[in-house]
Amino acid sequence: MSPGVATFISLDLPAMLAGTLGAIACALLGNFLVLRRQSLMGDAISHAVLPGIVVGFLVAGSRSTWPIFLGAGASALVTVLMINALRRIARVEAGAAMGVSFSIMFALGVLLIEQAAARHVDLDAECVLYGQLEYVNWYPPTDWGEFWTLDTLRDVPRQVVVLLGAVVLIGAFIGLFFKELRITTFDPAHASAIGFSSGLMGVLLMTLVAGATVAAFEAVGSILVIAMLITPPATARLLTDRYSTQILLSSAIATVTGVGGYFAGAFLPSMLGLEGVALNAAGSMTVVGVLLLIVAIVGSPTHGVLARALRRRRLTRQIARDDILGLLYRLEEVRPDHELLEDQLRGAIGHGAQTRPALRGLVSGRHVERSSQKLFLTESGRELAKSIVRSHRLWETWLVEELGLRADHVHQTAERLEHLRADGQPIEPESPGRRFDPHERPIPERD
Amino acid sequence: MSLGAASITDVALDTPTFGEIMRTLTLSAGFNARVVVLSAALLGVSAGVVGCFTLLRKRALMGDALAHATLPGIALAFIIAAALGLQARSLGVLLPGAALAGVAGVVCVQLLVRHTRLREDAAIGIVLSGFFGLGVTLLSYIQSMSVGEQGGLATFIYGQTAAMLPRDAALMGGVAVLTIGAGVLLHKEFSLVAFNEDYASVQGWPVSRLDLMLMALVVLVTVVGLQAVGLLLIVALLIIPPAAAAFWTRRLRTMVVLSALIGGFSGYLGASVSALTPRMPAGAVIVLTGGALFIISMLVAPQRGLLADRWRTLALRRRVAREHWLRRLYEAQDLAGEPVAIPVRQLASGGLGLGSMVARADLKLSGLIETEQSSARLTDRGASEGARVTRNHRLWEQYLITYADIAPSHVDLSADLVEHVLHPELVGELETALRDRRALPSHLPDHTEREAGATE
Repeated sequence: MSPGVATFISLDLPAMLAGTLGAIACALLGNFLVLRRQSLMGDAISHAVLPGIVVGFLVAGSRSTWPIFLGAGASALVTVLMINALRRIARVEAGAAMGVSFSIMFALGVLLIEQAAARHVDLDAECVLYGQLEYVNWYPPTDWGEFWTLDTLRDVPRQVVVLLGAVVLIGAFIGLFFKELRITTFDPAHASAIGFSSGLMGVLLMTLVAGATVAAFEAVGSILVIAMLITPPATARLLTDRYSTQILLSSAIATVTGVGGYFAGAFLPSMLGLEGVALNAAGSMTVVGVLLLIVAIVGSPTHGVLARALRRRRLTRQIARDDILGLLYRLEEVRPDHELLEDQLRGAIGHGAQTRPALRGLVSGRHVERSSQKLFLTESGRELAKSIVRSHRLWETWLVEELGLRADHVHQTAERLEHLRADGQPIEPESPGRRFDPHERPIPERD
Repeated sequence: MSLGAASITDVALDTPTFGEIMRTLTLSAGFNARVVVLSAALLGVSAGVVGCFTLLRKRALMGDALAHATLPGIALAFIIAAALGLQARSLGVLLPGAALAGVAGVVCVQLLVRHTRLREDAAIGIVLSGFFGLGVTLLSYIQSMSVGEQGGLATFIYGQTAAMLPRDAALMGGVAVLTIGAGVLLHKEFSLVAFNEDYASVQGWPVSRLDLMLMALVVLVTVVGLQAVGLLLIVALLIIPPAAAAFWTRRLRTMVVLSALIGGFSGYLGASVSALTPRMPAGAVIVLTGGALFIISMLVAPQRGLLADRWRTLALRRRVAREHWLRRLYEAQDLAGEPVAIPVRQLASGGLGLGSMVARADLKLSGLIETEQSSARLTDRGASEGARVTRNHRLWEQYLITYADIAPSHVDLSADLVEHVLHPELVGELETALRDRRALPSHLPDHTEREAGATE
């Protein structure tokens, strides 16, 4: 084993694994928090475990895991109960109930840490926030021959083992209660009506969130816990509408975040020429997670800002095209020898910037002919225009006859409805035998 | 975390003397302590005022996102100032950085809510952790920079009152004047927007501009509060005092004043305790003082407090129990045509528990029943009161049958629930309404209001 690889396996790999496993554990649970609009419960719980951690630490007198785990679990439970009690019994608004509860608990934790420090207990408030990934080390045999034995596994850092356990447990929970979680998340009232207890699922979920928080806090710190509870699920939510896909996707995103964030923190500075700079791993993982979210916000094919802007532009342009065709058709009806100048178009249909590209599209598609600044429909353009005007006038007829609206009130509505498409064709509501619209204009016949 | 000697008993805290306590509390324990205590109190007042409006606007946790978001601003300001060769640790550099980043955080929350399908809770969580993560990353970069005094930056996370200077107190004083001024001048506007946003915008108030002003005030309080309580706990000052004040009153004006008092007192007491006792971080103590005031308010506030609530429930329960006994006794007496004694066992609906003992003692003490061994009998006054109760019951029963179309076999339960809260005037109205429809119950005990008044 070369020294470089040995260093990587000892220092980087365990830290990266701990960070990534912590991220996955949190992200899996976070899906439900985000969907249940309880994202900030994760925030509240991960702040509120602090006093329990300190008390567990003081009682045990060492950094052994169980007392700390129990202490943190107890204070998470106290916080959840406190929030519920404030909301239900004292009728405090939800956000305020959370804010009051977790800030009191956190302040208590800060105070206890300071008091503990007076007793020469070196408990650092900042490590609770940032975690101590750099202390998650592993020293397996440096010889490949000895490496592949079971003994090697015995020295795997505790944090990695704990977090792996958390991921397995949470994965199993979600697998087992997939259906129950889904129904209580999306329709709690229905769930209760058919006999699934939403409250029980909520309590189980909060217990697991507390567990994940505690398992992750020592390695990755509470800030990464909060970030991973929310950011990967939020990113996944922007990429899919399917519940199961979202869960899988969020854990994939958490993995990328963990690995990518670790590398960015550990190696990016030196690659950029900043020698001797190592960024805080939990911090850089959070930043990478947010960057992935930004990518999804901008670029998601279904819910992205870009995709939506494109869709909107395509729609605006289609509407502008429909309106140009409709306008030309109506002009032809009144005066076959009309002279519509290109410059007049913009004012006439009022679609601003989209008018010109829409016209260009019509001209290049040979639906509109342009000769010396004047615009005319071609044969194919007239057919298209006819179907749009037909749809408009049929809608007007339908609105008057079926909905009983007054004839002078239907134009605006029909103007919108004519742009609706079914199978690429304007929709034609049925008005059998009708040849004229409510304004006595002929409804063009379909060929 | 590493461990030294961890015995709980090996360090005794220095207990301050009474004189020290009084000197600190009366602001005469030296210049530094005075500055710190005064600043913290002023900060509490400002946060208390601003917090009322954000709480009512349901933006309580927005302040948390804002506070966390200031960290990268502080770090970036430090890096830029150091790169430009300025005095990087000075507040004149760091606080504007913090303010800008805080504003950016709030803007990000609003952008996320408006332009993505994410809800506000997720948006707040993302901004809070994302900005803070960026801040932590930048701080770790600053640690490796070759400029001095970078260690001081982390104090903004947990706050450090000891580092406060007279000009900080002046700053807090200025902010307090500003927030109180804004609270007074824009009181109507803020409360309108907080209680009924739609109505405010229909009436032509610039809702988004008012929101922006409120957020600007939050930014201001947060940024000046960073030094005192730190960015993790500043949100507590914006939430706890108004939430505590809300238990005492339903009037916004009173709530704002109370909240300012509670916030100011928390700051004052918390900073004093912190100054007197070693290893009591001011931020945490201030928040815990506020927390204690919150819990006290929650328990003892006369209008919305839990004890008052409990008291009202118990009073109602007592009345219900009394009236049940009286009606059963009266009905038995009515049936027999003369005063009869009935075994208590038959009177207590919930068995012979504590409740029935209390009810029995209560009625006896009020002179409404007489008891002999395990039976009870109505006194004259008890009979009159029993007549009133029974009359209410039957009137209400008949009302339900006549007007609410409830089957006669179903009315008893509902009548049981409502009869105890009928006012005398309402009983009179019931009677008139039923008489008009010729639907008065045939078996209605006589009872005049004079007698009812006598027993009340």
